[in-house]
Amino acid sequence: MKAMLRSKRFWLIAPAVLYIGFFMAVPLVQMAYVSILERGDYGGVNWGVFSMDAYVSFLFERDLMDNLVLNTDYLQVFARSFGLSAMTTVFALILGFPTAFYISTQPQGRRNFLIFLVTIPFWTNILVRNYAWMLLLRNGGLVDGMLGWIGIETGGLDILYTPYAVSIGLTYTYLPFMVLPIYASLEKLDHRLVEAAFDLGADKRRAMSRVILPLAAPGIAAGCILVFIPCLGAYVTPELLGGGKFMMIANLIGSQFGAARNWPLGAGLGFVLLALVLIAMMVYSLKFKSLPEESR
Amino acid sequence: MKVDVSNPLWRFRGITSTAMFFFAYLYLPIVILLALSFNENKLATIWTGFTTDWYVTALSNDDMLRAAKNSIIVAVSATILATIAATFAAMGMARGRFRGEVGVSAMLVLPLLVPEIVTAIATLLFFVALGIKLGLITVIIAHTVFCIPFAYLPIRARLEGMDPALAEAANDLYANEWQAFRRVTMPLLWPGILSGAMLSFIISLDDFVISYFVGGAGATTLPIYIFGMIRIGITPEVNAVSAMMLIVSIVFVSVSFLIDRIRY
Repeated sequence: MKAMLRSKRFWLIAPAVLYIGFFMAVPLVQMAYVSILERGDYGGVNWGVFSMDAYVSFLFERDLMDNLVLNTDYLQVFARSFGLSAMTTVFALILGFPTAFYISTQPQGRRNFLIFLVTIPFWTNILVRNYAWMLLLRNGGLVDGMLGWIGIETGGLDILYTPYAVSIGLTYTYLPFMVLPIYASLEKLDHRLVEAAFDLGADKRRAMSRVILPLAAPGIAAGCILVFIPCLGAYVTPELLGGGKFMMIANLIGSQFGAARNWPLGAGLGFVLLALVLIAMMVYSLKFKSLPEESR
Repeated sequence: MKVDVSNPLWRFRGITSTAMFFFAYLYLPIVILLALSFNENKLATIWTGFTTDWYVTALSNDDMLRAAKNSIIVAVSATILATIAATFAAMGMARGRFRGEVGVSAMLVLPLLVPEIVTAIATLLFFVALGIKLGLITVIIAHTVFCIPFAYLPIRARLEGMDPALAEAANDLYANEWQAFRRVTMPLLWPGILSGAMLSFIISLDDFVISYFVGGAGATTLPIYIFGMIRIGITPEVNAVSAMMLIVSIVFVSVSFLIDRIRY
């Protein structure tokens, strides 16, 4: 302990770690604690009064006779979030893999520039990005107008405020996370292996499915995780492009601190979301990080 | 391995067209938003003429300016705090391996792993439990947390690429620790620090979810203000404010990347 306090390294690292520890790790633990407290009558929580209501009310509600009956409202929100996230991941993969492949076959200078182009939208404001899609997708918006221009009369596209709009917005928001890891694994790919496949009589489809795709698998898996996880916690896109009608988990959590005023339930849902994210990451790292270096 | 792109074997069907579609999809909304912010027409998305009136309207809106000022106060404070903490942490981590290194590294990037909404409500509950009044101070505290990893990673990367022999040489030549830091490490490290600080600044300026929950009534930042405006409806003024935010982000990120490419 004394040696630790005397070491310069300790004093260099401590401020950042203690800051994150105090203002993030402690609040997360406290959130788990709040989730097993009783809700206050007028919002807030009754500190020190324990109750499992938050977790019970996730699945059940009390009917007039005070019996517990199954209530699937919250489960539906979870199912919708998983569905939309899975759909988004698939869309992102369909667009992201060819793009990453394309970039990896470009000359060096051009590659860096293209990768830079992929990352720029990530750094722009998420509200602004989703707002831009509202402009495009609304009735009389650009997509509607273009379809009319090429002769398809939609009579109002009615796509904004639907799950499709949410899915388009989510794909747009998280697409860069798919391209970057796939590009990283394709860049390292030994092209002699692909050429060897061609020499041995493989056609393009086989070279792709038997050589390139398996070698890019860790990048693809990382990309899928990096898209799926933030999607699951998306707040802004369903709020704006879903018009508040298609709640995802994050919106449900947020609403417990607004109109619904059920903090323990909000904390419990937050804890469940956090657990899901950590489990997904653990599964990923067990599956892919533990492999020996050569087989990656 | 170099790819001989001229070799037709490397051309897979659909790759180039999908990539073109990808970049169009990525940039179409941005281009359209920028274009519409200069559109004279008040209602429709039909182009009727060029005007900068909406920028004038937006920039003379006092509520918007107040929100922008709040955002800048928060972003500057969080950036300074996070960059100082991150620089020290990166230097400490660069001093070779130690026990518990994995845990410490995980802690430093923890804010990147936890979903934003979870961070937001956990921080809100924490401040409420401590009885701290919500306001700009709580927003600054919360922003500093997630700015630390954004500042830390570029600084750490820069240190990793640095030759440790340089600092050792300075020591051998009788520089004390402070002199070695100021005269050798710092001149080599500053592009990393500046780049990290700029990324922190932009991440803080753009944050919506966390500010929205830990801000309380008196701490309306620009994204919260924009959110309120979007909820009311699509107006040319929102287009102009959004376009300005977009441009600020793109300029900052581009400069940050250029600085990061400065050679050792």
